[in-house]
Amino acid sequence: MFSQLRPAFIITEREVRDQLRDWRIIFPVIGLTIFFPFLMNFTAQQMLGFVRQYGATIIGERMVPFLLMIVGFFPISVSLVIALETFVGEKERSSIEPLLNSPLKDWQLYLGKLLSAVVPPLFSSYLGMTVYIIGLAFSRIKLPSADLMVLIFLLTTVQAVMMVSGAVVVSCQATSVRAANLLASFIIIPVALLIQGESVVMFWGNYRTLWWAVIGLIVLAGLLMRVGLAHFRREELLGREIDVLNLHWGWGIFSKAFTGGAHTPKDWYLKTIPQTLRRIRYPILIMTILAAVGFVLGAAQVHNFDIPLKDTNVQNLNQSFQRVLNMWPLFSYQPVLAIWWQNMRVMLLAMLLGVFSMGILGVIPLMASMGVTGYLIGLLSLHGMSLNQSLGLILPHGFIEIPAVIIASAAVLQAGAILATPTPDKTVGEVWLAALADWVKLMVGLVIPLLLIAAGIEAWVTPRVAMLFFH
Amino acid sequence: MIFAEDLTKYFADFLAVNSVNLDVPSGQVLVLLGPNGAGKTTTVRMLTSILVPSRGRAQVAGFDVVHQADKVRSSVGVLTEHHGLYGRMNSVEYLEFFGKLYSLNSIALQKRIDDLLDQFGLADARKKRLGEYSKGMRQKLALVRAILHDPPVLLLDEPTSAMDPESARMVRDAIVALRSENRTIVLCTHNLLEAEELADQVAIIRRGRIIVNGSIESIKRELLGPSEYEMKLASEFDGLIPELPPGVELTLRQADTLHFCIDVPEISNPVLLRRLLDQKLEIVSFQEATRSLEQAYLEAVNRTAEEERLV
Repeated sequence: MFSQLRPAFIITEREVRDQLRDWRIIFPVIGLTIFFPFLMNFTAQQMLGFVRQYGATIIGERMVPFLLMIVGFFPISVSLVIALETFVGEKERSSIEPLLNSPLKDWQLYLGKLLSAVVPPLFSSYLGMTVYIIGLAFSRIKLPSADLMVLIFLLTTVQAVMMVSGAVVVSCQATSVRAANLLASFIIIPVALLIQGESVVMFWGNYRTLWWAVIGLIVLAGLLMRVGLAHFRREELLGREIDVLNLHWGWGIFSKAFTGGAHTPKDWYLKTIPQTLRRIRYPILIMTILAAVGFVLGAAQVHNFDIPLKDTNVQNLNQSFQRVLNMWPLFSYQPVLAIWWQNMRVMLLAMLLGVFSMGILGVIPLMASMGVTGYLIGLLSLHGMSLNQSLGLILPHGFIEIPAVIIASAAVLQAGAILATPTPDKTVGEVWLAALADWVKLMVGLVIPLLLIAAGIEAWVTPRVAMLFFH
Repeated sequence: MIFAEDLTKYFADFLAVNSVNLDVPSGQVLVLLGPNGAGKTTTVRMLTSILVPSRGRAQVAGFDVVHQADKVRSSVGVLTEHHGLYGRMNSVEYLEFFGKLYSLNSIALQKRIDDLLDQFGLADARKKRLGEYSKGMRQKLALVRAILHDPPVLLLDEPTSAMDPESARMVRDAIVALRSENRTIVLCTHNLLEAEELADQVAIIRRGRIIVNGSIESIKRELLGPSEYEMKLASEFDGLIPELPPGVELTLRQADTLHFCIDVPEISNPVLLRRLLDQKLEIVSFQEATRSLEQAYLEAVNRTAEEERLV
């Protein structure tokens, strides 16, 4: 095993040595490792003194671990620059070709470069955090608990690996450092949002949530590494000029995948759509299970978050339905469009979340919707609503709406899974365009029409059916 | 040692290399000639297992370029078009790095590095950063890197470009020496004099297709016709030319110069000379008229262009 890893370590050793000779990397790293922690120590002292005057000591206490996280994060932000430089920079300077001609395996080269981009910034990050902690001790400021410090060290490590893994994926799509820097915003923006979220959690003091963030980031980093490895191929690194925006080429890939060889709309519906559905049968199964899990989890929350309802209110729901019917007369199109657009927004959100998370976060809207539905049904059942009444509220439109949403979410999950799967003779761009075409195909061919029908039923039929059950 | 059959490469819809066939035995130098973008580098990259052929197959040093890519890469030394050195390293560090990648024994590696740096006149600059090297020095170091692991097959892309005449001579001598050690060498170059000096076999590539392939002599004969010989006489001659042997044609007659086109010089030349001497012609010199590879190359390219135009 070690003999297999040795070439990767040789690459890492060379890269690290090279970085240590580059003042553009050394100076910021030294600054962030030594001077910045002292600055944060000073900030923590001043902040603690200030908030103590107003009795808001809790803010000061939360500030200390938060600053530890910031001290750790700043040096690892350099890892993104190093990763882009080490992958695309070599490609740009053509120094990667002798490496590709050597007996290195693709994964050895990938791992060697990944380590070289992660290890030095991470080392300086650890050093910076240690300096900060020692500074706290010297200033007689109460240190964060040991498990919290371990959590922050872990979070920093996973974030560095995730950023570098993302940078490699970006690097595979660029032939110049300039282009890679532009594409790097796809990493920087989500990470900036992530840090903001983590900061909120830090001040909230719910550190258990941060452990979930660590687990989520480990999964994401693993997926990004898999995507990077799947597309880090000699052919891809040398054989193509992919910086040039080639709309014709892109449209060709997209339209070919979208039509699936069909020449008529009938062919498309009878052959291409069923083929695509067959292709995503496992994601559909997974999403069905997750929808059920979401529903059950939601229903289970009734005992944790019970909203006081009077049983009589539940039994008088028919009055509420009557009000709805008065507002939404039969065949009035505004409520249909409103419901349809609401569902469409959720589907678009699923796609957007899926883009930044290899499809994983794309499952959240469906699970969350099912969770909310489960919670409401559970709450109403707790207050006297029967099973028939529950089904009356869901089934008329849910019969169409839920499968449609499951299909759309499964297409997002499939797109993420495909990206992380090695595809011979295809670039990330080609794979992504084909996956996008599959999603658009299912949206246009199935999901959008089904959601429209479901919205019609929800606006015109469901309240009337519900009325029957609640009389 | 190098064998390729129907080797083809598409980049999307673009046909970069079209059905290339090669057969280069050990101890021979194949020169790939062709204009920029003809497909030489793509062919070399397929032979080094960097690019996967879209069609066809190839073997290098007995290994399949697709299924035994690691073994192929261990068996070839490649000098790439862009030498791509690391500017912050010195030559010893650089060669040690590649030596380790090729799993060379560290003691043997040090000796090999010393010998090669010495052979290529880089010993004095061994501690200098590569960023400070001249173009020629970089090219020489890249060549040293290519032969560092003593590979049986060498693929050299423009090995003497950017070199001064003295260094270019040194590299050409090194290539001759490497060939004599029974190595197979594929050389991509635009320098036709260099090709003529080094090649055992020449393949001219145009638009991804090999349009001519063979020894220099056979290519010249194929493209420029039979060999032409020039005879210089001591004085003006206006007498009768004796009957010429079969396969010999008088193509030019001037006061003291005669030109003959000869199909099989080995057979016809002794007969022709004997007959002319019998005629009491005072022959000063009789030698093959110089026909450069450049003429053959241009003829091949023009012919193909004409064929393409007609198609």
